[in-house]
Amino acid sequence: MHKVFIVIPAYKEENSISSVIKGLKKEGYKDIVVVDDCSPDSTSKKAEDAGAIVLKHIINRGQGASLRTGTDYALRHGAEIIVHFDADGQHNPKEIKDIIKPIIAGKADAALGSRFLGKRSNVPFTKKIVLKLGIMFTFIFSGVWLTDTHNGFRALSRDAAKRIEITQDRMAHASEIIDQIRKKRIRYTEVPVTITYTSYSIEKGQSAMNSIRIAARLIWSKYIR
Amino acid sequence: MISIFQMIVLVFLIFVFTRVVFRFKDRQISILELLFWSALWISAGVLLFMPQITNPIARILNIGRGIDVAVYLGIILLFYLVFRLYVKIDTINQDLTKIVREIAVNKPNKDKRRK
Ligand SMILES: Nc1nc2c(ncn2[C@@H]2O[C@H](COP(=O)(O)OP(=O)(O)OP(=O)(O)O)[C@@H](O)[C@H]2O)c(=O)[nH]1
Ligand SMILES: [Mg+2]
Repeated sequence: MHKVFIVIPAYKEENSISSVIKGLKKEGYKDIVVVDDCSPDSTSKKAEDAGAIVLKHIINRGQGASLRTGTDYALRHGAEIIVHFDADGQHNPKEIKDIIKPIIAGKADAALGSRFLGKRSNVPFTKKIVLKLGIMFTFIFSGVWLTDTHNGFRALSRDAAKRIEITQDRMAHASEIIDQIRKKRIRYTEVPVTITYTSYSIEKGQSAMNSIRIAARLIWSKYIR
Repeated sequence: MISIFQMIVLVFLIFVFTRVVFRFKDRQISILELLFWSALWISAGVLLFMPQITNPIARILNIGRGIDVAVYLGIILLFYLVFRLYVKIDTINQDLTKIVREIAVNKPNKDKRRK
């Protein structure tokens, strides 16, 4: 058996975190690392009670920063495969076995979830447009054509997790990871996954406007700075 | 005769200049920074009283008045300084994240070894 760590960045997810952790445990995953990003609510406590390892950021540093914190922790504790998983209940724990399969088989070092491959997700219309624009942006920015570029569900081999250095603390990390996969020639593959949209996740999720900020941020970091 | 405008700006320049000197004395800025800021404020003072000295430069650059050259240069300088500030803030943010991360990783709620 491979040692699989599930890394969950969480911010103000007291309503969903318990059931997400329970769902993961039910699938047999034991090493569950929740990175609580200084949530003002009871996210930490709920995660602890549900039996996760909880790492606490003493100030909010963003989703990208939290993923790296959790990933670093997992690497230090002997993880062989690291899965990035959302705290808002949008990802399906049953699909983890699918997303780690190419890595276990040694076919890839990064397995990226895609909601536009085979399986059907109920993506809202405007979200869909933003995501498609994101795909085109990624093609121009990094020269990689993927079917879904801004999906937080991914699995990395120990080696890939070590090599990918997330420096984008906030939401730009998703593009940054793809950019590094390309630059560092990490073997990748896409895996069909379902992302569930509920009124809860939509309300908490990212706005279309925010994606413009993210694009500007990426261009600044890559070409201007 | 100096105008009220020149008076006010002069007082301001003297004030910021003394700040620079004090900050150097407190070792909060390096000698290079001291030289840079001193040169900046002193040249601003010179321009304030002798704007005509920039006229030859203006003629070479084909810009109408000498004082316009100073304004253009000022804007360019400001842009540059804002740029530097952005880069610095970025770096500080990344350093901050490293500290926050180190604290988080070393203090998990549940020490796995005890499990
Ligand atoms: N640690 C941390 N996690 C965050 C932060 N913002 C969001 N998250 C978490 O990141 C995950 C995804 O965040 P969302 O805002 O739903 O982003 P998304 O799923 O990419 O976008 P949507 O498709 O709009 O839902 C969730 O588990 C959030 O709790 C943050 O500032 N810090
Ligand atoms: Mg979401």
